[in-house]
Amino acid sequence: MWAERGRLATRTVGEILITLGVALFLFCAYQLFYTNVVADDAMRAEVSDLHKQWALQSPAPRSATPGPGPFDSDDSQGHPGAAFAILHIPRLGGKSIPVVEGTNLDLLSRGVGHYKDSVRPGRVGNFAVAGHRKTHGEPFRYLDTMRAGDVIVVETADTWFTYRADRDPFIVDPTDLAVVAPVPDHPGRKPTKAKITLTTCNPWWASTERMIVTGTLVAQQPRSKGEPPALTVNTPNFR
Amino acid sequence: MYAFLWRHLPGPFYVKVLVAAAALALIVVLLFGWVFPWVEPLMPFSGNTVSQ
Repeated sequence: MWAERGRLATRTVGEILITLGVALFLFCAYQLFYTNVVADDAMRAEVSDLHKQWALQSPAPRSATPGPGPFDSDDSQGHPGAAFAILHIPRLGGKSIPVVEGTNLDLLSRGVGHYKDSVRPGRVGNFAVAGHRKTHGEPFRYLDTMRAGDVIVVETADTWFTYRADRDPFIVDPTDLAVVAPVPDHPGRKPTKAKITLTTCNPWWASTERMIVTGTLVAQQPRSKGEPPALTVNTPNFR
Repeated sequence: MYAFLWRHLPGPFYVKVLVAAAALALIVVLLFGWVFPWVEPLMPFSGNTVSQ
């Protein structure tokens, strides 16, 4: 009697453990595979929605000779949670990555997130975005392969902004807010340059640090002029 | 546990197989749709932002 109960209990515990193992395996499948499938779909949808939306906007009647300064209209600043720009980074494979307003985790599964307190693309200050290094489309998976001088292009409703990376990617603490300050690394100072900052987690599968890429605006042109020359240059991918 | 569940599934063998498959599918859907998204933020691999 007791021996039989013992066997039953042992078997039940074993079955529960096997079940938990299968559940953990499914969780890995979810993280490694499923979130990427869902996020890639969502990002493609965001990009095509943006392109449709921008195509609908009648091109603003601007003077024939656009003066210097940003071309983008006021409404290219995102509403919370909405995509408002597209990031193109040839070194990362040239995928079109939508930029959504805000950096909540649920937003980062639809693109990369714009730090709400940072400036909009192309403006003097720091245009800061955060993206997943792993899972959920992993737009910044290969951010470590970026090199000083690499091109980061931001496409908005009416402008292409071309930034160049200032230096190779570097690592900071997760609490190092200075990297997204208007003047990176010098919080409180008044900005004079248009910068871009990309943040993601480091190392893979642990978020004990952040990997940072910073860049400076080097060129801009109206959308009507087509892709900037920087995007047509073939960039080798180091992976 | 599984022997107990199997004994309590209704009907003949093939109905039991169908019911078990349906239950399994339902569990996977619940895991992928609700449980895993809930667990995920508690895992230590999705911190991408700098913050205080």
